[in-house]
Amino acid sequence: MSSAPTANLFRLPGGLRLPGHKRVSATGALSGVAVPETLTVSLRQHAGTAAQPIVEPGDRVLHGQRIANAEGGFSAHLHAPSSGVVRAIEQRPVPGRANLSVPCIIIDTDGEDARIDDRHAIPNPFALGSRELLDAIGAAGIVGLGGAAFPTLAKLNQASEAGIDTLILNGVECEPFISCDDALMRNRAGEILYGARILMHALGLRQCFVGIESDKPEAWQAFNDAAAVDNNDKLTLVQIPTIYPSGGEDQLVYLLTGREVPSGGFPSDIGALVHNVGTAASVATLALSGMPLTSRIVTVTGDGVAAPGNFEVRFGTPISDLIEAAGGYTERANHLIMGGPMTGIPIEDDAMPVVQKCNCVLVTSRTITENASTEPERPCIRCGECARICPVRLQPQQMHRAFTIGDRDDLPRLGLRDCIECGCCDLVCPSHIPLTQTFRDAKAHQQLQNYERERASRARERYETRQQRDQHRETTEAERLADLKQKASRDAISEILARKKPKEPEQ
Amino acid sequence: MKLARAATPFLKPATGVGAMMREVCLALVPAAILYFLFFGFGILFNIAVCVLACAAFEALALMLRRQPVAVVLSDYSVCLTGVLIAFALPTYLPIYVTFTACAAAVLLGKHVYGGIGYNPFNPAMVGYVVALVSFPIAMSAWLPPGLGDLDYTMPTIGERLAYIFTGNWPAPLTAEAITRATPLDMVRTGLRASETFGEIGNSPMFGTFGGYGWEWVGNGILAGGAWLLYRGIIRWHIPVAVLFGMLAPATLDTLASSGTTPGPAFHLFSGATLLGAFFIATDPVSAATSPRGRLIFGFGIGFTAWAIRTWGGYPDGIAFAVLLWNAAVPLLDRYTAPRIMGHER
Repeated sequence: MSSAPTANLFRLPGGLRLPGHKRVSATGALSGVAVPETLTVSLRQHAGTAAQPIVEPGDRVLHGQRIANAEGGFSAHLHAPSSGVVRAIEQRPVPGRANLSVPCIIIDTDGEDARIDDRHAIPNPFALGSRELLDAIGAAGIVGLGGAAFPTLAKLNQASEAGIDTLILNGVECEPFISCDDALMRNRAGEILYGARILMHALGLRQCFVGIESDKPEAWQAFNDAAAVDNNDKLTLVQIPTIYPSGGEDQLVYLLTGREVPSGGFPSDIGALVHNVGTAASVATLALSGMPLTSRIVTVTGDGVAAPGNFEVRFGTPISDLIEAAGGYTERANHLIMGGPMTGIPIEDDAMPVVQKCNCVLVTSRTITENASTEPERPCIRCGECARICPVRLQPQQMHRAFTIGDRDDLPRLGLRDCIECGCCDLVCPSHIPLTQTFRDAKAHQQLQNYERERASRARERYETRQQRDQHRETTEAERLADLKQKASRDAISEILARKKPKEPEQ
Repeated sequence: MKLARAATPFLKPATGVGAMMREVCLALVPAAILYFLFFGFGILFNIAVCVLACAAFEALALMLRRQPVAVVLSDYSVCLTGVLIAFALPTYLPIYVTFTACAAAVLLGKHVYGGIGYNPFNPAMVGYVVALVSFPIAMSAWLPPGLGDLDYTMPTIGERLAYIFTGNWPAPLTAEAITRATPLDMVRTGLRASETFGEIGNSPMFGTFGGYGWEWVGNGILAGGAWLLYRGIIRWHIPVAVLFGMLAPATLDTLASSGTTPGPAFHLFSGATLLGAFFIATDPVSAATSPRGRLIFGFGIGFTAWAIRTWGGYPDGIAFAVLLWNAAVPLLDRYTAPRIMGHER
């Protein structure tokens, strides 16, 4: 193990030093939340394919029992977060950008939290082969706990096919207010390093970086202590400067290796695999106890809750239970956000369940920045401050102009799809233009346009095929008719000839 | 419990366009004070008249365009346009010329394009140039600085006001007797009469590095510009490039002519060089927006202004250079965009 000085890092273009607001939630101990009466487990936890339920209403399920199977390569299994009876499988609203209702398995818990007994620890994971380990990780329904709930098996498969050389554990957690990874790292640094070792073994890697943001001295210390015990000479702990958004996947890869993830590509395209520290901890839990992923640590914070802190929460727990565990709402509570203040998703109803990508529940008053200007939104003055701080070197001022003035065909050239929606540009815009939301809209618009273009081209293809077919049929028909005619005339001639032929004398 | 819904990010900026523009105006206070000390009340009168006239024209345009007047006026951009026109115009000027400049700046330079954010040309320079080509004599009639041992007594305040409001100097004063060529003009005429820069510079109209009095106004502008850079309201690319674009050829020229042509110090502290570099070319709306684009834009302005001063028909060329390069901005922006992370080098 070695600790790399921060100076070895590559410099990210742009980024912002934001007020952390981390102490609000990070200082207390990690506490649990009681098993709720009802768990609502969403079958659609990530951008991939929804899981397929394998239980039916009325079935009794045990904690850790498989309740839904992964569907296809980009999906993950789901397991019951506690014991009880399946009440229904029906559409329920879950937190998301579009606030849609998605199919959910609803479990009435029985309070026993009885565990399924067919789950066993893996005493020596290093004796297993790569395929066996990957399968075990897939079977445990492990997903990335950084914020996208990307199925870990899919990521590992992709990485092993692409051939990678570096594992990066992301303990940066750069977004203000969020401290769930910090809490995990302080409490379970040893488990995280054990998980890292298993992941490295599974992919045969010789290099692993653990990136920890410089504003987390306790986590840094915990890792150094744990690393002294773990004694893994392929592991390097790296302190990452506290500049938002250093914890973005592509950003962290660049900071540590100087390699740029190609536009539209993945870190595996440039030999890197990035996992959140929480994902490594899930792998360790699997090896140590055999238990699948059924819970996560969630930060509950903001001036809208009485006692902010970090909580170990079962998936499917209503957000209102979580708020209650954090002392309930204060008078200032006005907005509820899943995630942080920069990239989070607004939630209207606290009855919605905790999903796998829910790293933080932020409850705030109207505005978080005390000295925020109250000026209205104004036209862009092209000051270029947004371009100056953009961590992917986009020019938001040009993109915004292209989108609003209507030259939307220019957006791909300006790099719309490279936008990571970090929100930095909004923060420096003196005209108070909601740039990030504009780009989300523009992406959605582009997607819709692509979809329609594709549909149109498919329709055209169908039309052309039919036309070809019709034409083919017509020509063959014509040929057949001509043939028939020819044949008919030939037949007629021969008939006439035959008729003219003197008949054999009858006998 | 139901909660309010609003898009992230929730952290909001502390500054706004209004605060920025206000600070740019305030950054010109030191220069205005020095200007007042050397040249009399004209600058203060011009600032007041220009700001009020520009605001009035903007209010009119907004009403015609059915836009919220108070909201838009509170962005202070029209106030800055007024202040910049005041600095660009001769210190004492018939008031209808001042009004013409303000009307052209706000109406032709800004609102015909859709107001703040959409104007391709720098409004203050549009106003200045319209006045310059429409009233060439009034626009080149400058009073010399009133301090120092020049063989000159400033007209009285009453006489100056009379000129402003009637357009004629009260008898027995005449424009020929009252006004003086600016240092830039003297250099231009002198060089064309085959004098050397050294000979011209011996006139009491000249101070240590530039025109007497003017160089101190220049120092004030420089201080204001440094403040804006320190505060991050403007970025270094444009001012540095403008100054480089002007001073590099001036230096080469003066070296090649062994000092018979004006050197970099004179160019720096004369005419609108410093005002142009820090306050005019840096207008974000009409300037290039990418860092490389801004360097080319600034260099182009500096070089073009030097070329106009050296070979052109006008003693100063900042205004024309700015407008010319404003027109090149869309092209610059298109071809100087930075390489996006993850895109091919």
